[in-house]
Amino acid sequence: MPRIGKRRSVLPGFGITLATTLLWLSLIVLIPLGALFLKTAELSLGQFLAIVTSSRVLHAFAISFGISFAAALTNLVFGSIVVWAIVRYRFPGRRVLDAMVDIPFALPTAVAGIALTALYAESGWIGGLLAPLGIKVAFTPLGIFVALVFIGLPFVVRTVQPILEDFDRGLEEAAASLGAGRFMIARRVVLPSILPALLTGFALAFARAVGEYGSVIFIAGNLPNVSEIAPLLIVIRLQEFRYADATAIAVVMLVASFLLLFLVNLLQRWTETSAGVRN
Amino acid sequence: MRISALDVTKRFGDFVALDGVNLEVRSGELLALLGPSGSGKTTLLRIIAGLDWPDDGEVQFDGEDALPRAVGERHVGFVFQHYALFRHMTVFENVAFGLRARPRRFRPNEQEIRRRVASLLDLVQLGWLADRHPNQLSGGQRQRIALARALATEPRVLLLDEPFGSLDAKVRKELRRWLRKLHTEIHVTSIFVTHDQEEAMDVADRIVVMDKGRIEQTGTPQQVYDHPVTSFVHEFIGESITLPVVVAGGDVRFQGQPTGLDPQGVADGAATLFARPFHMTILPAPGGDALQGSIRRVHGIGPARRIEVALGSEPAETIIEVDAPRVQQWQVGQLVRLRPEHYRLFPKPD
Amino acid sequence: MTDAELAGQASARERQPARRAAIRHDADPWWVQWSIIAVAVLFLGSFIVLPLVVVFAQAFSKGAAAYLAALRDPDTLAAIRLTLVVAAISVTSNLLFGLIAAWAIAKFEFAGKNLLVTLIEIPFSVSPVIAGLVFVLLFGLQGYFGPWLKAHDIAIIFALPGIALATIFVTFPFVVRELIPLMQEQGSEEEEAALALGASGLRTFMRVTLPNVKWALLYGVLLCNARAMGEFGAVSVVSGHVRGETNTMPLHVEMLYDGFQLQAAFAVASLLALLALVTLVVKTVLEARMSQE
Repeated sequence: MPRIGKRRSVLPGFGITLATTLLWLSLIVLIPLGALFLKTAELSLGQFLAIVTSSRVLHAFAISFGISFAAALTNLVFGSIVVWAIVRYRFPGRRVLDAMVDIPFALPTAVAGIALTALYAESGWIGGLLAPLGIKVAFTPLGIFVALVFIGLPFVVRTVQPILEDFDRGLEEAAASLGAGRFMIARRVVLPSILPALLTGFALAFARAVGEYGSVIFIAGNLPNVSEIAPLLIVIRLQEFRYADATAIAVVMLVASFLLLFLVNLLQRWTETSAGVRN
Repeated sequence: MRISALDVTKRFGDFVALDGVNLEVRSGELLALLGPSGSGKTTLLRIIAGLDWPDDGEVQFDGEDALPRAVGERHVGFVFQHYALFRHMTVFENVAFGLRARPRRFRPNEQEIRRRVASLLDLVQLGWLADRHPNQLSGGQRQRIALARALATEPRVLLLDEPFGSLDAKVRKELRRWLRKLHTEIHVTSIFVTHDQEEAMDVADRIVVMDKGRIEQTGTPQQVYDHPVTSFVHEFIGESITLPVVVAGGDVRFQGQPTGLDPQGVADGAATLFARPFHMTILPAPGGDALQGSIRRVHGIGPARRIEVALGSEPAETIIEVDAPRVQQWQVGQLVRLRPEHYRLFPKPD
Repeated sequence: MTDAELAGQASARERQPARRAAIRHDADPWWVQWSIIAVAVLFLGSFIVLPLVVVFAQAFSKGAAAYLAALRDPDTLAAIRLTLVVAAISVTSNLLFGLIAAWAIAKFEFAGKNLLVTLIEIPFSVSPVIAGLVFVLLFGLQGYFGPWLKAHDIAIIFALPGIALATIFVTFPFVVRELIPLMQEQGSEEEEAALALGASGLRTFMRVTLPNVKWALLYGVLLCNARAMGEFGAVSVVSGHVRGETNTMPLHVEMLYDGFQLQAAFAVASLLALLALVTLVVKTVLEARMSQE
């Protein structure tokens, strides 16, 4: 007797767990985000563009994206140095150094914010050293830069670390036996293999920096058009009950975040395939 | 308990895993599902267990439709290839799991559970490992515990999926023998899946030879070895010499030459001649027969010699291995002829 | 052909044992090694360790008595209480969600699985301020449900429910993302074995699946808790910043700081910093446990 094959699975509970997951996801994440787009849709295109291209907003975007980019770049350079030291060398305190990399991950942003401010203010330990040189960090865009470097460092290090740890040293030895010097080996043998991971770490650090709030607002001067980051402008507009402005700025930032997320996904997939091929 | 599979079909996308399979498993027998990977044997086992469902067909336990019931309700004991022991429980807790999982009404009390687990562990001779965790056991020990666990709930049928596949050769042989002995003690209907024909021949009451989702032959080990009904069975079980031949006008021709062999009713056209190496007699003097050639290599330890003979001439020569008594002397390059004492002809499939 | 591929070929061709012994971790020239280490230590030290040290230095700048007094202040105690409650709610919510979602995603095949995982991870890439903003848009006075809530005298924004919601949002993926890869790697054979032995689905989940993922679960809970207690941006937007009532610890730190009570601000901040350090220690321990298994 023929029986219609049903799509059953031996493990129970698929239907209910999937339904619950979708419901929860919608209630907590999708609907609230949807509300954001819905609110923005109440604006006409003209109004929307007027808001996001207004001078103060554009400055805020420039500051947020610009300084985030610079900070991520700095983390790319110094993060590479740190990860190389941790993975390749043996020295006393290496494990401690490794653990310290996670501090920006774990430390609450507000704590980081006031600590950095205390450190780089003119009365602070580092600020005091720089003041005679005429360098002001706290309450300037430079302060924003310092804060964003702080919170972005772990992303580069932790993304590259596993790739570098798994890297086949045999390739370097072979290159050395062919007569290549250390710098050449680093540049031509190791770098191409860890490049996808480096770029992924950079993108993650950049994405995190763009949306950062707590670590930045204490040390930034928060002067409009000078040292005012985009998230702060959103908060200000909210406090002024100018919801439309706030949502417009937020939508731009959100779309930028999603694009970055998409880019990171692509980079991560490139990292995986690249690592698989090399080893 | 009797098990019947009727016209069972299963597809995975475009791949047909089982193609209208019919099987009767007799109560109390130890049956082997034998075949290469992709033959459908594990799929069939899992469908019987309730770990998968057919797209078409029926499965019956003692005449009753088993498909509507979930795996937990079918009262089967399943032993996985990679043991699937609960890694965070001790050996004792693993074996007791099935008993403790019963609804309160049917659950024996803790003392009774302890007794039963102890007797099962004695049955598999591993009572001394009761407090260990699976990662502290060897492969062979793990598989025996997996078996004890499956037997704890007194299942009506025991299903084993390549139970010795992950073990090394020596342990495999020991466990094989042990399983056979266990079966004679317990007498529970058992089906086990394997790709190792030696294992199937050694252990099973009956063997089901499968290939590409179909059953090629069912029979006792003796039957499938002595009387294979398809070329696949002949080749899969035991060793075979294969020769491409052509049946023409009541004669069997090899490389264009007549052999004088009986075509066994096979129609004209391309065919393959199958013979066991020890059914092929090797004679020293060439005599104008078709099956003649020269010796390429002589090797082998033990009672018989292994002789590699190259039949025919280059570039279309065929090399086969035959057994010959040690007593006679053989030289490389020597011209010999071969005569199959016992052979099977199967037409070449299109 | 790149140099790496060339090197790969050479490597496959021959390996010189004597050379191998010489080229180990100290392959780079010693002066390169020590400059790199120096730069790394300096960089980490100044950027990462110093801020931590400053927190404690400032907190104790007026002595231990002042430190304790700052912590015993009723508004501070209220902030601590609120933080603990919000963290408990968030962790519990995301723990339950994590288990349910991981079961659906890791143990079954279905179309759109990757999309689902990406959607779940969205909160990671959303700025915390936006996370707070969306809940204000929904439940604020001028939000979509604002009037309805006011009519029924329910407060979400500027009250605990709003703070909890915003915190749940930002910590949403923490538990799930630890569970899914592990559960996928472990496969379903043990679950199948349990079901074949007659166990119900629930018993199988509780006795077989759950114990197998306990370290990953704890790890996810740890990270979720750390983030929940430390969240600032999102909570800042939805809270009313009412002293002693709707201030979590991070907000209280901000309030003290803006009020020029620096020593008190750092005293409360030091608690959060201690939390971070404890989190890091436990994290390291759990990571060691997880790699053991």
